[in-house]
Amino acid sequence: MLGKLSWYAIPFDQPIPLVTGAVVLVVILAVLVWIVLAGHLPYLWREWITSVDHKRIGVMYTLLACVMLLRGFSDAIMMRAQQALAFHSNGFLPPEHYNQIFSAHGTIMIFFVAMPFVIGLMNLVVPLQLGVRDVAFPTLNSVGFWLTATGALLVNISLVVGEFARTGWLPYPPLSELTYSPGVGVDYYLWSLEISGVGTLVAGINLVTTVLKIRTRGMNYMRMPIFCWTTLASNLLIIAAFPILTATLAMLILDRYLGFHFFTNTGGGNVMMFMNLIWAWGHPEVYILVLPAFGIFSEVISTFSGKPLFGYRSMVLATMAICVISFMVWLHHFFTMGAGPNVNAIFGIASMIIAVPTGVKIYNWLFTMFAGRIRFTTPMMWSIGFMVTFIIGGLTGVLVAVPPADFLLHNSLFLVAHFHNVIIGGVLFGAFAGYTYWFPKAFGFRLHEGWGIASFWFWLIGFYVAFFPLYAVGFLGMTRRMQHYDVAEWKPWLDLASVGAGLVLAGIICQIMQLVVSIRHREELRDVTGDPWDGRSLEWATASPPPVFNFAFMPHVTSEDPYWAMKRRAQVEGDAKEPDYQPIEMPRNSPTGFVCAFFATVTGFALIWHIWWMAIVALIGAYATFVVFAWRDHDEYEIPAEEVARLDRANREARRELVTAAGSV
Amino acid sequence: MSIAVSHGHDATLIGLDAEHAGPASKRIVTGFGFWIFILSDMVMFSCFFAAYAVLLGETNGGPSGAELFNLKNVAVETACLLLSSFACGMASIAAEVRNHLWFQIAMAVTCVLGLAFLAIEFHEFADLVARGAGPSRSAFLSAFFTLVGCHGLHVSGGILWLLTMMAQVFAKGFRADILRRFLCFALFWHALDIIWVAVFSVVYLLGSAV
Amino acid sequence: MSDVELRHQTDLAPGDEEQVSVKVRVLGYLIGLGLAILLTATSFFVAGTDLVWQPSIPVAIIVLAIAQMGVHLVFFLHITTGPDNSNNVLALAFGLLIVFLVIGGSLWIMANLNHNMLPMDQIMQMQR
Repeated sequence: MLGKLSWYAIPFDQPIPLVTGAVVLVVILAVLVWIVLAGHLPYLWREWITSVDHKRIGVMYTLLACVMLLRGFSDAIMMRAQQALAFHSNGFLPPEHYNQIFSAHGTIMIFFVAMPFVIGLMNLVVPLQLGVRDVAFPTLNSVGFWLTATGALLVNISLVVGEFARTGWLPYPPLSELTYSPGVGVDYYLWSLEISGVGTLVAGINLVTTVLKIRTRGMNYMRMPIFCWTTLASNLLIIAAFPILTATLAMLILDRYLGFHFFTNTGGGNVMMFMNLIWAWGHPEVYILVLPAFGIFSEVISTFSGKPLFGYRSMVLATMAICVISFMVWLHHFFTMGAGPNVNAIFGIASMIIAVPTGVKIYNWLFTMFAGRIRFTTPMMWSIGFMVTFIIGGLTGVLVAVPPADFLLHNSLFLVAHFHNVIIGGVLFGAFAGYTYWFPKAFGFRLHEGWGIASFWFWLIGFYVAFFPLYAVGFLGMTRRMQHYDVAEWKPWLDLASVGAGLVLAGIICQIMQLVVSIRHREELRDVTGDPWDGRSLEWATASPPPVFNFAFMPHVTSEDPYWAMKRRAQVEGDAKEPDYQPIEMPRNSPTGFVCAFFATVTGFALIWHIWWMAIVALIGAYATFVVFAWRDHDEYEIPAEEVARLDRANREARRELVTAAGSV
Repeated sequence: MSIAVSHGHDATLIGLDAEHAGPASKRIVTGFGFWIFILSDMVMFSCFFAAYAVLLGETNGGPSGAELFNLKNVAVETACLLLSSFACGMASIAAEVRNHLWFQIAMAVTCVLGLAFLAIEFHEFADLVARGAGPSRSAFLSAFFTLVGCHGLHVSGGILWLLTMMAQVFAKGFRADILRRFLCFALFWHALDIIWVAVFSVVYLLGSAV
Repeated sequence: MSDVELRHQTDLAPGDEEQVSVKVRVLGYLIGLGLAILLTATSFFVAGTDLVWQPSIPVAIIVLAIAQMGVHLVFFLHITTGPDNSNNVLALAFGLLIVFLVIGGSLWIMANLNHNMLPMDQIMQMQR
């Protein structure tokens, strides 16, 4: 009746997941009870859960990322603690448990922290920067978010019901095949990612179509903010790469569920083909993550240097070059697995070539800062920290791109240090810069600057103290994912790394404090005009937070940095006369996304535990949801002209003061 | 409700002085979005093709393609799908001129031909399994069943969609949003035939010619 | 969302064709069907015949397949090289690039690996 599910699925014999799970469950229940009793449920349902507004969806994606960052970081703390303790000892985490932790850490950080963070920021900002009302497919946007949340939910359920994969964040066969992983762990991984992969693909289609087909009048390609270009490149990569992940994980699912022989040891399966295909996805994936971060830095550096971005055209070319070349380097993730020297050489050279466009970008950012009037705000600090850190990480990347060097360094802690260097220094710092930069736009008040700077320094120093020892210990021969070790030389470095993890923890605590303090003091930090940073692009032309329709009239763009041009014109020409307000049609909210995701969660859980009848019922439910959605007659509602006028007038009034006061900026 | 399109010079090319006119119409947005979804689906199929090509020789002592494939069936399947694509094209024209009768007839023909394709394919699969040449026999057969089966699953999904479209047009007429969905359906159905060209050429014809 | 009602479309949705009469449209599909039938029949013939130089058969079948896909794209999907279709063609080109990289790259890499490594059952033997 219930497939493989039984009471034994709950880890009564393992105190750590049991207690953690119990605590988390109690907290979640308490929050839910409070929401219902305080009467917030109708508001949440109406304004957030069923929302198809790109701004709300962007915020929810970012919230998901931040919450999952806490879970992924807890895994990291446990791993560092284990390695600090496990010298000539078994530490406190038995191998079966430790293996699940590092697998969950990687899976959660890549798929449920980094991806949602950048997708959330792109969702929030891109339609505003393009001067339009929403993304191309608003309801689909909601579906994409909720399916991603489903994936995150399934992975977290594995903590208390069953187990997680022990294979690492990429489930290499034959270990991930049924013979060697007979439990449900790998199945949790597979179904969680298949489902959230659909969500990501949907986001990719949405954003590419938006950038290519939905821009305001006059917004030619070469007048778009660079963040929109990097959004385009990143989402083209999503469309191109995620089908590969879907197909490859599907083949593994078929092996495990139906006895197919794609990657098995017997029956003619080819284990290496998994590595080949999964990295054909895996390499573009890291560029999917880092390209939006590059875009964020372009926006932040330009704004806080008070200058237009240096070398716009070369930035665009570099972005699109990275987009294409990122599909030509994937073998560098498995140099050591049997390919001949010709193949290794070609992919090694391509991997070095891809560093060149990134170098172009770094020079452009530096030249943007040169002779600018730099304001060292929190986002700017993250950007400067990024430039130093990412260059180092990139250099170590070029180092391991040399196949003979990689033969020594592959799967050592040197590699671990390299990819954390670029992902933390690049993606995460970019996400934090973007979060601080666009927070006032999303919520109407700025984040507290002092706590922000503190968190930056803790993160920056903590990162170096946590990961540079790993470069050293990698050179000293330590392999990744070790549950215990007995080489005395490594211990001091690993202890230092734990200190670094503690510093990063302090940084995270500062970020939490920053949020709490900012909410408490939101009136003092209020962004009255919608332009707290003296920005250059169109999102700063709206109120903070923008009305649901973003712009009362979609602006007519005539140059790059269009909002900067608008401000100059307003100073010269004075106040424009009030426009003739028209009613605006906006898409209706819809529960489709949430309901679909509910059925997806049930389907995933049922398939993991082999509860076939439940899976079929849930799939029928998902199809029924589509049909109900497709059958609706009214998909838009009208905002009357008076309402548009009221909202717009309030913002114009607030801005009048800004323009007259900011004579010399 | 008009989907008339008039052409000026293309203002969306980079570098031209012509100014971008503003957001595209809903039909273009929907069509383009679905088009890139189809391209992503083609990338997914290319993985299955790659796996098939790599595992072509891994018959594990079992039968190879040449011993298993019945080219007569494949020819009939191909004819069914090709003619169904033509029928779908006729349905597109009927939708353009808002002719209910011809639309439903053309869609019904498309449906019947699609179901015929599926019936033959299902029969082929069942026959192979009964002969002990099921997907768990060897890596080659796993790849074959997955590639061809994935296409068959897409056709099945397409039939479901087709029936839903017939019902919607019947119930609500040629409304703009329903026409947009039908545009997507037509793209999907033709793309399936394109994939089938690759399947029958690479899997069946090349497999038998060996 | 599109409160900007366009008078001048500068591109077409994929799958849409220019405004022409019903007769011309049907003719277009008929020509496509005819060409496709011709190419398909040729494909089947080439696969089974002894009249063609054997080593050329795989190439011929692949070329014919590409031609058939082209017929579908032009006559059924109306993807042409006109300026109003450039977005659609560019997207298609990008997709094709990825398909070639994935299939070509995988075949090259896997052939290289298979050449250099022992077959799986021999590796399994070594484990015992």
